[in-house]
Amino acid sequence: MSSLHQESQGLLAELARHPDRPMAFMEVCGTHTMAAARCGLHALLPDHIRLVSGPGCPVCVTPVGFIDHALALAALPDVTIVTFGDLLRVPGSRRSDDKAPPSLQHARATGADVRIVYSSSDALKIASDEPQRQIVFLGVGFETTVPTIAATAKRAQAGAIPNFSILGAHKTIPEAMLVLATMGELGLNGFLCPGHVSAIIGPEAYEPLASEHGIPCAIAGFEPVEMLRGIASLHNQVLTESPAVDNNYPAVVRPGGNAKARQVMTDVFEPCDGAWRGVGVIPHSGLQFRDEFREYDAAHRFDVELPPPVEPAGCRCGDVLRGLIQPQECELFGKACRPESPHGACMVSSEGSCAARFHFAQGDW
Amino acid sequence: MKVLSVDGATGRVNSGGIELDIGLDLVEGVRVGDYVIVHAGYAISQLSEEEARETLDILSRIELAGEQP
Repeated sequence: MSSLHQESQGLLAELARHPDRPMAFMEVCGTHTMAAARCGLHALLPDHIRLVSGPGCPVCVTPVGFIDHALALAALPDVTIVTFGDLLRVPGSRRSDDKAPPSLQHARATGADVRIVYSSSDALKIASDEPQRQIVFLGVGFETTVPTIAATAKRAQAGAIPNFSILGAHKTIPEAMLVLATMGELGLNGFLCPGHVSAIIGPEAYEPLASEHGIPCAIAGFEPVEMLRGIASLHNQVLTESPAVDNNYPAVVRPGGNAKARQVMTDVFEPCDGAWRGVGVIPHSGLQFRDEFREYDAAHRFDVELPPPVEPAGCRCGDVLRGLIQPQECELFGKACRPESPHGACMVSSEGSCAARFHFAQGDW
Repeated sequence: MKVLSVDGATGRVNSGGIELDIGLDLVEGVRVGDYVIVHAGYAISQLSEEEARETLDILSRIELAGEQP
């Protein structure tokens, strides 16, 4: 038996020791959601310890109106939309005369120029290679991704590349965690904090949650045993009534985080109110371009008319994102809403709770 | 991923045998031989060789375990 296996068994035994103390922990990060589903972590945990998914899938918390905006830009002549692949199949607003919900994939099939990249820097290269096109990068992400997009915006400015812009729906995580923790409806006992977001913002960003609101926080890596270490830490913090921020991923998450990445981010963006699908507007959780970079804001550069967004009928992504229901409790789950015909973003993104549950629960829901 | 070469704000890394160019705009003082965590085309965190070895060890043990029936 390997030492990792032994350690996992030991942690699970520890977690099973107090069945009279039910606890609910939220994994905030979509990568944790996916990793937990892949290794069957929910089934391994004792029944009295619940792991609920939070709003940490950036595509999932992006409002429908953002997709509508991207679709409107894709319809403009000379515009090329460049995006991470996850956004391609997210449905936009379905109007009364639409046979199916519109999506960027659908737009591409009907003639729009929509391309997938792995990095925003690839989009900048396209802009530099094709000066006759307007290249619009769809910027969706949290503190891990936003600095990379900010770095690309700075490169665009330094290289004076005029035909590049960004349509942004960037968000910051700690503000959303605070809202979820203080809503009370979830009865959360602690947060399994994201690994790579924490590498940027540092463990200190969660201090107010622990010290002012008494909520245990544990930062964890993405291997099963690393997640178990984080959960065991939260469990112990609850039992000993000593909420703190416990960094279980010290090789990657350093005290203070990555100051340079945060500086690049704040050079380009400033906080604003952010709209979260399912949660609503959270003050200071969004990011907008500073004046010095406004020329790279696609929302500023292109004037398009956007009718009010329409949420898909019956979709309960909002309740899933707040951890109020498990994906399988939505009536559409696995029936009308499947990965090949998604109604909501949580079934589209590889980090979405619904997609994770659908792919890895193997019909056992 | 191990850094193979550095040219200004661009680094070349080895990722499981594939060589990739990544941005070094978000990290300080990365040198050839360092290990970095890469996200969306940019290095976002540096690791010491010892720390990287520990993670790579876990990953290789998982791969080995996967090969055994």
